[in-house]
Amino acid sequence: MAPGTLSNYLKSGAIWAFIVLELAFFSIAGEYFSLSDKAFMDFDNMLLLFKQSAPIGIIAMGMTIIMVNGNIDLSVGATYALCAIVLLDSMTWPIFAGLGDAVIPISWALALLTGVLLGALNGLIVWKTGVDAFIVTLGSMLGYRGLVFMYNGEQPTSHLNWTLVDFAEAQFLGLHTATWFLLAVTVAIWFLMNRTVHGRNAYAIGDNRSAAVNAGIRVGPHMMINFMIIGFLAALSAVVFYSESGSVNPNDGELYELWIITAVVLGGTKLTGGSGSIVSTFGGVLAIQLLRKGLAHIGADTSTVNLVIGLILIAVLFLDRQLNLKGKEELRV
Amino acid sequence: MSRPDTGQTPVLRLENIVKTFPGVRALDGVSFAVMPGEVHALMGENGAGKSTLMKVLGGIHQPNEGQIFVEEQATVINTPLEAKAKGIVFIHQELSLAEELSVAENIYLGELPRKSFGRVDWNKLFAETNEILGKLNVSFDAKARVGDLSIANQQMVEIARALTVDAKAVIFDEPTASLTDAEKVVLFDVIADLKSQGVGIIYISHRMEEIFKITDRISVLRDGQYSGTLTTAQTNEDEVTQLMIGRSLDLSRNVSHGELGDVALEVRGLSCGHLYQDISFEVRRGEVVGFYGLVGAGRTEIAETLFGLRDPSAGTILLDGKEVRINSPAEAIAHGISLVPEDRKGQGLVLGMNCRDNMTLPQVDDLKAGPFVAEGAEVAIFDQYRDRLDIRTPGWRQLVGNLSGGNQQKIVIGKWLSMHPNVLILDEPTRGIDVGSKSEIHNLIRDLASQGYAVIVISSEMPEVLHVSDRIIAMYHGELIRTFSSEEVTEDNLIQAISGIRSDKVA
Repeated sequence: MAPGTLSNYLKSGAIWAFIVLELAFFSIAGEYFSLSDKAFMDFDNMLLLFKQSAPIGIIAMGMTIIMVNGNIDLSVGATYALCAIVLLDSMTWPIFAGLGDAVIPISWALALLTGVLLGALNGLIVWKTGVDAFIVTLGSMLGYRGLVFMYNGEQPTSHLNWTLVDFAEAQFLGLHTATWFLLAVTVAIWFLMNRTVHGRNAYAIGDNRSAAVNAGIRVGPHMMINFMIIGFLAALSAVVFYSESGSVNPNDGELYELWIITAVVLGGTKLTGGSGSIVSTFGGVLAIQLLRKGLAHIGADTSTVNLVIGLILIAVLFLDRQLNLKGKEELRV
Repeated sequence: MSRPDTGQTPVLRLENIVKTFPGVRALDGVSFAVMPGEVHALMGENGAGKSTLMKVLGGIHQPNEGQIFVEEQATVINTPLEAKAKGIVFIHQELSLAEELSVAENIYLGELPRKSFGRVDWNKLFAETNEILGKLNVSFDAKARVGDLSIANQQMVEIARALTVDAKAVIFDEPTASLTDAEKVVLFDVIADLKSQGVGIIYISHRMEEIFKITDRISVLRDGQYSGTLTTAQTNEDEVTQLMIGRSLDLSRNVSHGELGDVALEVRGLSCGHLYQDISFEVRRGEVVGFYGLVGAGRTEIAETLFGLRDPSAGTILLDGKEVRINSPAEAIAHGISLVPEDRKGQGLVLGMNCRDNMTLPQVDDLKAGPFVAEGAEVAIFDQYRDRLDIRTPGWRQLVGNLSGGNQQKIVIGKWLSMHPNVLILDEPTRGIDVGSKSEIHNLIRDLASQGYAVIVISSEMPEVLHVSDRIIAMYHGELIRTFSSEEVTEDNLIQAISGIRSDKVA
């Protein structure tokens, strides 16, 4: 076996082992602590878990590309909220009055376009100025959130379209609409990352940027495309979620970026780029959602949930570092 | 052996030091001694083992065999801090200073004098620093911000830092690399001062002129082995050169065979700021042109310009007689220029990717089936060049990071050959590669030339340039000193050309 193979297996399998562990723990603990009589691994409960994973999961797929590419995007939560406002508000615009339900695809398109444009702006700044993506998207996180508040002040923006609600609450083959979107995005991004030139180059750029440049790869356009993809996915996530809820608060989507990064990192993607897997990110998303749901199931409050997830994140990264260090002559720092 | 019978105790003595890395014997039984008040030059080509030896002395590497003696006491040095505590201090070529901090804070970094409650004793700090600076006779004071000082003065700060301990041996690693002539004089004064205080000095440099000006003895390393110590006053540059390059590796001189094709690449008056000036040369099809010079002579920078990584400030580049502008590596590749970079792992390969993906990286966009990568076509390319270049790997799935240096380099070369370039530039093609793979790569370079490629080889190893080149361009400080044909070049006139010695031989 080549050196590193064992630790690679351990790493790619670890997230699924962790999920199994969570399921077992909450099933057993649920017997003793749960306030409800329902078992944790109840079928409907699991279906709901997938549905609830969708908003963060859809964006996490985009974040995986961004991070494999060696960047990061902190503005996704604000993009998500802004796109939600565009979605709901555009349905009430006078120019679309009289279209009836035909306004739905138009509003969706507008929201998705908004996401792509906001992402493109991030990407363009990162590309053309060479400023670190962390700084650029920290700025746009604040800026985009500012736009959200400028739109409607502290007031929520609401519009319920019952056709949309029916669509969002529909179940096809047992899975909710949101779950289907999550699965479709996961498959599409998996193909993008593993089968296309763009995906191949994203790994190369994140692993060794100067080698990529020396191979004639144009780094800037690739980064910009990735930011457009994550912008699109943030908008898609908003479209899926707010079609059902019909009301967006200006604070919605806050801290999403951190939950998403947590899920991606739990899935084994390196913050420094060049390494990461879509399937493992999917596992990371499920693991976090399981943890939140499971802890709630056994009666823990939100603050406990945050504490536990924080501890687990650090423990996982420590473990990852130990696995990576093994057998290599690392310089003492 | 290397100990003169002066009756003195050497401040530092190495006995039979061996250091191996996987696949490489970096140091093979190195012994030499530094006497108090002696300036001892350590010479050798790049890769001869000087820096490994210094890392052993500095506690960064542990020797596999052999012993270090400080004032004749057997010593084990586990960390850089221990080295310093034992009086062995380093003045590195690359300065490691905190630019935002004051001179005093830099000098006492990690050892700031303290008062109660952990407060810094600033008065004591500045007083002690000024005392040391006084000895060095410098023009700045303890409170100056290091970032505001010239490079030479920053080096003085490094030296001052060395003087805070009771230094027994001070090691200078290429200290004059970035100094002006006037600054060198000041540095040499400081070295003379240290010498008169009985400190032993190891002076690492490639520059013959300096070596003969300030050192007492010269020890030479070659291929990780100690090849002798000479007394400076009783030797000459030729003798030192002999010790440095007289190796047993089969590196017969190349003889050009005259069968050259058209001019593939011509460069006229190319300059890039202070990096290199007014460079003109041409490369014909079927010809290997070697660039020889010291590190920093501007060779790599010329290659980077040809490959679109740097903008030239003046001059023109012609490919097949037509003037071209090359603004990015992507454009260079489109023009058929390929670069095998100096830093294989840092610039040439994506270590986390497998062999096949690395080899097809520049052309994967041309290998599409619909929206997806045509992996079958990639495997075909990989197989073809694996066989042609004899790349030894279990299969294309192997991560490139797991291959030996020689096989990694062949992947990089295969990557470009599969694109059928017009001009192939190889920068230090055999750096860090074992002797066997070295000669394979040399043969490959000659093969490529005979197949009609125009090849540029940049190398700091004289036997290598002599072995592969039809013509050799010698560079010094960004200047093209002379172009030698393979008939007229000798080791002597080549080493003199790249050391900036303009004797009558170098007209």
